[in-house]
Amino acid sequence: MGALANQLPIGLSIAAVLLLIALGLTFTFGQMGVINMAHGEFIMAGAYTAYLLQGFTSQSFLIALPVAFVVAGLMGLLLEWSLIRRFYGRPLDTLLLTWGVSLVLQQLARDIFGAPNVQVTAPGWLVGGVDLLGVRLPYNRMFIIVLAVLCVVGVWVYLTKLPQGRRMRAVVQNRELAGYSGIATGRVDRFTFLLGSGLAGVAGVALTLVGPVGPSLGTFYIVDAFLVVVAGGLGQLRGAVLAALALGFLNGYLEFWTDASLAKVLVFVAIIAFLQVRPQGMFVLKGRTLV
Amino acid sequence: MTLGRISLVVCIVLLALAPLTLSPFRLGLLAKYLCFAIVAVGIALAWGQGGMLTLGQGVFFGLGGYAMAMYLKLKEAGSAGLPDFMVWSGVEQLPALWKPFGNPVFALAAVVLLPGLVAFLLGLLVFRQRVRGAYFAILSQALAAAFVILLVGQQGLTGGTNGMTNFTQFFGLDLTDPNGQRAVYAVAAVVLGVTFLVAKLLVRSRFGRLLVAVRDGEDRVRFLGYDPAVVKTITFTISAVMAGLAGALFVPIVGIISPALLGIVPSLELLVGVAVGGRFVLAGAIAGAIAVNYAKTLFSEDFAEGWLYLQGGLFVLVLVFAPKGLAGVVESVRYRLSSRKQTPTGSGSGSAPVEVTA
Repeated sequence: MGALANQLPIGLSIAAVLLLIALGLTFTFGQMGVINMAHGEFIMAGAYTAYLLQGFTSQSFLIALPVAFVVAGLMGLLLEWSLIRRFYGRPLDTLLLTWGVSLVLQQLARDIFGAPNVQVTAPGWLVGGVDLLGVRLPYNRMFIIVLAVLCVVGVWVYLTKLPQGRRMRAVVQNRELAGYSGIATGRVDRFTFLLGSGLAGVAGVALTLVGPVGPSLGTFYIVDAFLVVVAGGLGQLRGAVLAALALGFLNGYLEFWTDASLAKVLVFVAIIAFLQVRPQGMFVLKGRTLV
Repeated sequence: MTLGRISLVVCIVLLALAPLTLSPFRLGLLAKYLCFAIVAVGIALAWGQGGMLTLGQGVFFGLGGYAMAMYLKLKEAGSAGLPDFMVWSGVEQLPALWKPFGNPVFALAAVVLLPGLVAFLLGLLVFRQRVRGAYFAILSQALAAAFVILLVGQQGLTGGTNGMTNFTQFFGLDLTDPNGQRAVYAVAAVVLGVTFLVAKLLVRSRFGRLLVAVRDGEDRVRFLGYDPAVVKTITFTISAVMAGLAGALFVPIVGIISPALLGIVPSLELLVGVAVGGRFVLAGAIAGAIAVNYAKTLFSEDFAEGWLYLQGGLFVLVLVFAPKGLAGVVESVRYRLSSRKQTPTGSGSGSAPVEVTA
């Protein structure tokens, strides 16, 4: 029982990271039909930002969070503006295109930072943990969970309270109608990309707390994050949150009960089984298009 | 049409001359490219004709490859012995899963049936629920990820990260001998030819037209009374079987099968050649696969890092400037040449239909 409970913060923090990564994917996928394989490299960019900033000041880890958001966000913006813009309406081509970009970015990281992994030293106040009712709660995992909760609340406020976020939801639900109503859909697209990529950068900083940083960091998470998008349904917050939680726990506990190699296969089988019941994920945006 | 016939004959002659002129090492490389070309035919069927972007062909390639490797390993170990890697990882008894693979007929059947069955099941479950497009692509990629992790994890069964290597015999052929290597090359060339023929016949058949119809308007096909899920599942299964055959040939040709050849990245690399050559044209996909893999060898020999830039860049360039690949470029050039020839005569005779078709 104790071991089972100790797995809880691990499962939750996996879910938190997956969520941060999947948020950007689900909105770019849902809103623009873009499957961004280079999203993983924005995670990597965030992680390397934390690596570069460490040691400047005592609080450089906290500073890295907004800086990584901006760095990864601008990379996303540049990608959208330079390439993806030309590919709207061709989702499968964007997948291959962004994979090409991802290859180039990984090699670039290898040339700049070297192929071996680097380590980001966690700030002192995140080392150690606390015991609560016999459950070990490591500070670094708790920090990741809190960070993800803050980001989700932020995205929720943005989507529901701010005019810019409402415009974004309008474009997700019906692009043409939104356009006819006077929303500059192109600008909304670019901003969505900035936001989603920025969150991936934040996830990258968070990941430095639990592991080393390497050029292929993003590739470890991108597939699971896409599965969150598939299981959660496109383009909305609650599906992504629930699916990330489900996948995080499934991963965390299955690895604990069986072994890591069987866990991935079982997760895959679980998702295929789930799609038999809900082929379009947990939540479906209601529309009049034929699906 | 005649141009296509001529180039086909030229290709067959070139492939037949290769064993006489190339060194055994180069011939082995060419045989390896032919394996990738077999996979490319399957991808062109599923992706080009059927619109199913499969990012998990490495799985089927691997299933065929491992089935073949298991047979070859058992054959080498003899009736009582264990495969070498099992001895190294401390396995004392032959696992039950391995036992039937000692039989050549079973192993050969498994090369075809294993990938076919996995693809059939996945296709049935996914396509019947109308999961399609990008969703299908992501699922097939997740399958590749899970498959590789499974292979690495089951060290005693699969050889783990190292996979299986050191194959000396292939159905009585000595793989260390140049003549044996030539024979294996010939087998690969023949299998590629047969695969191409099967795919060509399929594309030209009624089923092939239905497949294209499903790609371009799945709902309309459903309204006409066909079941798109069946069409897609069959095509996906055929393409998986082709990948499995290629994997089985890859083992004696290259002499290794390991998870590093089958994961997400290798599965995507299989697509690069098809995209560059032209996914809508079978011959283009074959040519693209051979050319891209040749380029990879060329670059890896001199500067390996450059290859990743080039591969990524090539992909981006092709998608931006020539989404139909080189075959598309050839087609449009041919079209322009023929229309230039026709325009003066067409305008001279003043026949309107020529203007319309041109």
